[in-house]
Amino acid sequence: MWSWVLHRITGVAIFFFLLVHILDSVVLNFGPDAYDRVIGTYKNPVLGLGEAALVAAIVFHALNGIRIILIDLWSKGTRYQRAMFWIVVILWAVLMAGFLPVHLHNAFTEGQ
Amino acid sequence: MSTATQETEPVTPAPLQSFTVTLIIRRYDPEVDQEPHWQDFDVELFPTDRILDALHKIKWEQDGSLTFRRSCAHGVCGSDAMRINGRNRLACKTLIKDLDVTKPIYVEAIKGLPLEKDLIVNMDPFFESYREVQPFLQAHHEPEPGRERLQSPTDRERFDDTTKCILCAACTSSCPVFWTDGQYFGPAAIVNAHRFIFDSRDDEAQVRLDILNDKEGVWRCRTTFNCTEACPRGIQITQAIAEVKQAVITGRVR
Repeated sequence: MWSWVLHRITGVAIFFFLLVHILDSVVLNFGPDAYDRVIGTYKNPVLGLGEAALVAAIVFHALNGIRIILIDLWSKGTRYQRAMFWIVVILWAVLMAGFLPVHLHNAFTEGQ
Repeated sequence: MSTATQETEPVTPAPLQSFTVTLIIRRYDPEVDQEPHWQDFDVELFPTDRILDALHKIKWEQDGSLTFRRSCAHGVCGSDAMRINGRNRLACKTLIKDLDVTKPIYVEAIKGLPLEKDLIVNMDPFFESYREVQPFLQAHHEPEPGRERLQSPTDRERFDDTTKCILCAACTSSCPVFWTDGQYFGPAAIVNAHRFIFDSRDDEAQVRLDILNDKEGVWRCRTTFNCTEACPRGIQITQAIAEVKQAVITGRVR
């Protein structure tokens, strides 16, 4: 249940990021300078935290997506679904532990 | 050796202590109420009593208008599925001692089906989905004269789990997909399709697989495992749905 709720929430959150991402990519039509200026506005700590949340959402959604594929297509998938959920959580924590310190350091020191 | 004579008193088991339990029941009388509302009842119960006994005590001693379904009262007929402390359970299989009685116990009708009165819902949509999957044997080959349709224990084992269904609707009404999309066949219908799809004596597996390959069929399942946790018979429902999904993809049922 909760893995499904998290999967939905992260999925919708990633969808809203995609809207923004399409908009900022469209700016490329107005030349590289315009694009650089728009992307430059992302360089602040608030959006740095937003990027951290985005990566957290994508990593969970990707790992849990693999779990769901295994539940549907691997004959023993449903039997090990709970164990696989905890593997997803642990892998997510390990990946975030590697990513967050570097990213947050960059987000809060760049531009100063 | 002297034999020590012991003063043995017959060991009488300590009499079970009854205690007061608060039940908060979601009431709805369509002739009086605009909206369902919660009502408290205090009941004297033993740890060995079940939620069904509590409902009986309320109906017989406190409020005769309390309405609920029950028939066999022993977990076989599947009449008294209800939402107890937020989980779908059979009232006749939920013991008081397995619940936290220091807090009130919340009892309400199962969700996702139209509420008729108090703990009773309209089961018609549930049974319509059930009928749609053709839950009966369709064998087009005749057995040898004087013989029955034989089946090996291994072939019988293939669908043993899904024969246990009692159609109580605890699974279907615990499914978040069914709550928002009443068109979805729901776990119970898929379980009963599984029971015949994987039966070696049946010849119409492909028809049922085509029915469940529909937009509102097995692909609506989001593997939340709510159904498996709700099933009072312990059927591995999500497993059964996954097996039907694989059979739809591969076309293999044996």
